[in-house]
This record gives sequence, C-alpha cells and structure tokens, in this order.
Amino acid sequence: MSEHGPLSLHVPEPEGRPGDKPDFGDVVIPAAGTVARPPVDVPPEEIRELAYTIIRVLNRHGEAVGPWAGLLPDGDALQGLRDMMKVRAFDARMLTAQRQGKTSFYMQCLGEEAIACAFQKALSPGDMNFPTYRQQGLLIAGGYPLVAMMNQIFSNEADPLTGRQLPVMYSARSHGFFSISGNLGTQYVQAVGWAMASAIKGDTRIAAGWIGDGATAESDFHAALVFASTYRAPVVLNIVNNQWAISTFQGIARGGAGTFAARGHGFGIPALRVDGNDYLAVHAVARWAIERARRNLGPTLVEYVTYRVAAHSTSDDPSAYRPKEESDAWPLGDPVERLKNYLIGRGVWSQDRHAQYAAEVESEVLAAQKEAERHGTLHSGGKPSMRAMFEGVYKEMPPHLVRQRRKAGV
Amino acid sequence: MARMSMIEAIRDAMTVAMTRDPGVVVFGEDVGYFGGVFRCTQGLQQKFGASRCFDTPISESGIVGTAIGMAAYGLRPCVEIQFADYVYPAYDQIVSEAARLRYRSNGDFTAPLTIRMPTGGGIFGGQTHSQSPEALFTHVAGLKTVVPSNPYDAKGLLIAAIEDDDPIIFLEPKRLYNGPFDGWHDRPVTPWSKHPLGEVPEGHFTVPLGKAIVRRPGAAVTVLAYGTMVHVAIAAAEATGIDAEVIDLRTLLPLDLETIEASVRRTGRCVVVHEATLTSGFGAELVALIQETCFYVLEAPIGRVAGWDTPYPHAQEWDYFPGPGRVGDALREAMAG
Ligand SMILES: Cc1ncc(C[n+]2csc(CCOP(=O)(O)OP(=O)(O)O)c2C)c(N)n1
Ligand SMILES: [Mg+2]
Repeated sequence: MSEHGPLSLHVPEPEGRPGDKPDFGDVVIPAAGTVARPPVDVPPEEIRELAYTIIRVLNRHGEAVGPWAGLLPDGDALQGLRDMMKVRAFDARMLTAQRQGKTSFYMQCLGEEAIACAFQKALSPGDMNFPTYRQQGLLIAGGYPLVAMMNQIFSNEADPLTGRQLPVMYSARSHGFFSISGNLGTQYVQAVGWAMASAIKGDTRIAAGWIGDGATAESDFHAALVFASTYRAPVVLNIVNNQWAISTFQGIARGGAGTFAARGHGFGIPALRVDGNDYLAVHAVARWAIERARRNLGPTLVEYVTYRVAAHSTSDDPSAYRPKEESDAWPLGDPVERLKNYLIGRGVWSQDRHAQYAAEVESEVLAAQKEAERHGTLHSGGKPSMRAMFEGVYKEMPPHLVRQRRKAGV
Repeated sequence: MARMSMIEAIRDAMTVAMTRDPGVVVFGEDVGYFGGVFRCTQGLQQKFGASRCFDTPISESGIVGTAIGMAAYGLRPCVEIQFADYVYPAYDQIVSEAARLRYRSNGDFTAPLTIRMPTGGGIFGGQTHSQSPEALFTHVAGLKTVVPSNPYDAKGLLIAAIEDDDPIIFLEPKRLYNGPFDGWHDRPVTPWSKHPLGEVPEGHFTVPLGKAIVRRPGAAVTVLAYGTMVHVAIAAAEATGIDAEVIDLRTLLPLDLETIEASVRRTGRCVVVHEATLTSGFGAELVALIQETCFYVLEAPIGRVAGWDTPYPHAQEWDYFPGPGRVGDALREAMAG
C-alpha cells in the first residue's frame, strides 16, 4: 500500500441533473466589448487568453460595443435576422413533419442559429464547409432552396441524393457544403486536406471544418489540428460547444482543459472563444479567422459557446438527463431575440415588422413543404427508384452489381 | 423465469456479471447516467457506482484502447459502441491489439473484453445506423464473434462472453431489441412478451459460445442464419410451405460446424442468409465449409441471400433488406435444383 492510500477513478459530473436547479454559475461571462481585437497576423502565443475568455459584441441593452463591433452594416444584420428566423421556422416545420411520420428522423439547431448563419456570410464563393448535421444555417443563409432540403428530408422522388442518405445529411457542392457523412469527426480532417489542396494548387479558396464539443474527443479532431498546424492550412476549424453530446455533458470531452479552444495551443494554432448566441460576435470572429486563412497565415481554431436548446434529435428526450429549465437558465440568451433587440435599437426594425416577417417566413416554409410533398414523403407518394439504389456505388457499375440488379428485377 | 425484451435481457446479463465479479466494468458513449441510447445499461451506474459504469468521451478508439489496457490489468471490461457503424475508429485497436495480444506476448498479456454493438437494419437508420460488419471481425484471427437472435440467448451468450478469456465482438441486432422481426414490415409488431424466447431465467446462466441451435426442424433444406435473419428464415419457410430446417448459428466464430454438417447431410440442400453485403460476407465462409464437408450429399447448389453490395440506403430500406420474399425465392430455387 502506498503512503498516499488507494487510488480512485475520477468521473466528471455536470452541475445539474433532472430535478436539480440549473446552475451556470461557473460559466464566466465577460461583459460585451471587453476583449481586445488583435491584428490577424498576431503570433499565436500573444493571444493565448482569447482561448479562455468569450468574445462578445451585443450587450444586455442590445447595443454593439467594443473592438469587435461596427463591422456589419444594418442591411446585413437585418438579413442575418431573417436567415435565423427562416432556419427556426424550417426546423419547427420539419420537426412536425417527422412527428407526422413524413420522415424517419430530424435534427434541429434551436438556439444555435447564429453560428452557421453568420459564419456563412463571412465566406466567399468557392470556399467549402465540412459541416456537421447541425449546420443547416449554412445552407439556408447561403440561399440553398428549402424545397431541395425538404426533398432530401422526405427521401422522395426529387431527393437530390436519391433516397440514399439519412434525413439532414445534405450535400450541396454548389453552395460550398460538403456531403455530410454522419460519422463524427471524420470530416474535420478532410476540411484540412481540402484547404491544403487549395494551397498546393495556388488557389485562393479556403475551407471550414465543423465539429461538436463531444466529437472533439475523436482522434480525427487531433489529426486535423496537427496537419493544419504543420502545413499552415488555410482552414477555419470551428467547434460548436453547445454543452451537450446527446446525454453527455461537455466536461466529459473537455476533461481537465479549461476550454475546447485551448486545445489549439498545444498545436500552436491561434484559438478564439466567442459568444455563439451573438450574431455580430460570430460574424466578426469568422471574418477575422477567414482573413487569416485567406492571407496564408494558416489555421484558426474557434470555439462557439452556445446551448443545445432542443433534444439531440427526434430519437432523444433530454428530460432524462438534464434539468428541464436548464435552457432558460442559459446565460447567453437567445440569438434571434438578441439581434432583434439590437436592430430595433438601431431604429431599422420593430416588433410589428418582426411579427410580420415571422408570418411571411412561416408561409414561405409552408409553401416549400407543399411543393416538396408533391414529390412524396418517406412512406407515401413518389419515392426514389430501387434502380437508383444500385447506382453510384462506383463510377461504372461492376459486373457483380449488374448481376445483382438484374436479380432484383429492376 | 421472467419476461424480458432483448434490451432487458442484455441489461440483466451485465447486472449478473457485475454482481458476481467486481472486475466487470461497463462503459461507452451515453452509457453511464443515461443508460445508453438503447437503454441497455440503464440503472447500472446507480447500482454499481460511477467507477464501474461510466460515460466516455466520443472516441471509439479510446473506448476499446482503454478497455484493452484494463483487461490486460485484470479487469473484464464490457464496452458499448453506440452503433456498429461507428466501430471503425476502434478497428485498429481491435484488430492489431486486442486480437493479437495473447499470441504476440505468448500469453504474457491477454485481453478478456467484450465489445457490444447494435447491428443490422430494419429501422430506417440509413447507412450510419444499419450496417452488419460481422465479416470484418470473423476474418481476424484472435477474435470471437457472437450474434444473438432473442432475449434468452442474448443473456446467456453475453454472460458467457464476459466470462470468456478472449476478446469478443457481441453484435446485437437492434431491430430485435423490442420484439422478434420476421421481415414482414407491413404487419403489426409482436413484443418479446408474446414470444417463448422472451422467457429468460433469472440469475446466472450461460449459453455456451460456439454452439448453434436448430430453431425450426425440417427435412427439405437447411437454412443457416443468425440475428434478425433467423426470424426471417422461419417466416420464409412458413410462407413457402417448404419444410426448411432453420439453424441459428448464435456464434459465428468459433463456428458449430457439427450441427451444420449433420443437418445438411440429412437435407442435402442449403441456403445461407445474412443482412450484410454479399461479397466476401460470412456466407462465403459458410458455403466454402459446406462444400468441403458435404459436397457429395448436395443435391443443389448452395444458395445465398444477402444485402445487396451497396451502402445501406435510407428510402429503399425494404428494397435492400433481404426479407422473407427473397429468402423464399432462394428456398424454391434450392428445392428445384
Ligand atoms: C464515430 C461516431 N460515434 C458515435 C456517433 C453517435 N453520435 C451521433 S451524434 C453524437 C453526439 C455528438 O455530440 P456533439 O459532437 O457535441 O455534437 P452535437 O450533437 O451537440 O451538435 C453521437 C455520440 C457517431 N455519429 N459517430
Ligand atoms: Mg454538443
């Protein structure tokens, strides 16, 4: 027996479980506007503290303050609000559609809309996202047709992916949206490869990788960071820390590290932490990181601090593992409300116009759904052919598949 | 005896194993507090404490790698991979490490661990929640591979797996978790409480690894199946009226060749079925073995029914799934041959 007594295993636990009073007391939220904005060519070691703070622009009074403010014209901010409202309306309709049995599965991004919507607007045509299943905002803010998204969700005869993929695992090269695999972490490192290819060819395009707090534990996350660091790949590596990975709180993936952003330090990658529920802050930080990549200064790691308000997916019920009121207690508020209040304060928006737009976007989404349903839903109406199932495994169908397709009689 | 779903039987097996042996530890993604996305480990953390049942970071290589370290130390880890479709990041740990540890160290170190994972289709899970990767494990020297088809076997086989001194891949057909599924997807689902194999003994018992069982005796043709396809094969026999003998392999490796050979020698005909893709699937191994042992008694070519050689699609779930219609066709062909 050692003089120190027996060892014991440490297993981290979240602050609250069902029945507990939610407590985010240990989430330190600096006041908006208090974090410096360094030049993009700053040496990483000089901005280590940016991985431990939270960059915020919108304050409690709905004003944009500090060095990261003032970058977005009112018109663009208004567009941002509309994008987020559209994402939210889209999610709500598709959730209902799943409940009605029109598809097998759906995943919302409720509360996280600002991240993908604002990031998308900082990219240029030709750039490529490697998203997870919770970045529908990239497509919607990028102007991808809602009907095409719904056709994919319904796996109907007009599904651009011919029924092959699980709902929400979109692919849209034309809109800078890489095919989502569904296996966690695998695509983070592919984003680095895409960015390296652009550098090898002497192009000007950059890439963006996306990953959740939970999935940062995968080996591919670490592979992405070391490759990005070694080759100074023109890539923005985004971590969406929404506090939960299904039922597992972020402390399990984070371990003893103070933050997820701090993971960048060991790789010499500049790392920033940003208020993910603040559209203006997300946009400002995205622009900063994208400019670094574009100027050949290398990768940036960005952690978006946010909260997964809804269930993980339609297969999940969070009341089994976290306090019901936890999302109300989340100290960073709601991204739509915050940007709305800012725009009202600027005198370019009003409660009435907000209500009017909410109704407009609702009917836009509804009209898209009607159009999509004309092509069928998962269990009724038009569906992708059985023949299509055999196609696209290879560029040209090998003889064994030709035989199997014949055997299937299609 | 108690009535149990397959989920309850699996949970009960772990409860029994953890109670008998303090070295049994259970972990994986969402396995601790929540009790697993299919609830197979529900209540285990409460009962045995967080150092014996806990949530892990989302890292399959980490889950299996740490389990190997623990197993070598002297524990008996029983870990969960959330879906078999997500085992690939752990493949190196399984193939290069767990499978070979005993051999390369000449028994100096061993890895007695069980890796559980939901497998198979039938739930509209698309390509990331439907795969059947058993052949990727049976091809590897040093692993044992188990696929139960009902609650009784699931409990007995899982206890046997945890108590076994070699690394075990334990594939749980997720479509069978709540009830038998015979592939007639338009018909109402029956729960395990209405099925005799939902009767599970309480406490400790084992179903020995490496022993197949005849699920439906018959004289006309032998059908080799495992997991969900056992129920599909029985349904196909009933639908076609062909007096098929359906053998549930239960363990793919070590394989119970004796039971298979005895049956094929009687029937002279054989059809092999699995959900996994056809090419280089476990069916190919079965067909080769029957050819080697029973060639002179065969009256027809051995048939194979399997998943098509494509990734598992979403919309075309029932075009893809080898249901009783396709198995029935193969039975008729075997009889005509
Ligand atoms: C390799 C792999 N392992 C496990 C899963 C199952 N899975 C799907 S989502 C998820 C949680 C991911 O959490 P996080 O990365 O935080 O993203 P979030 O869902 O919160 O956006 C898990 C474990 C998977 N899809 N892929
Ligand atoms: Mg998360």
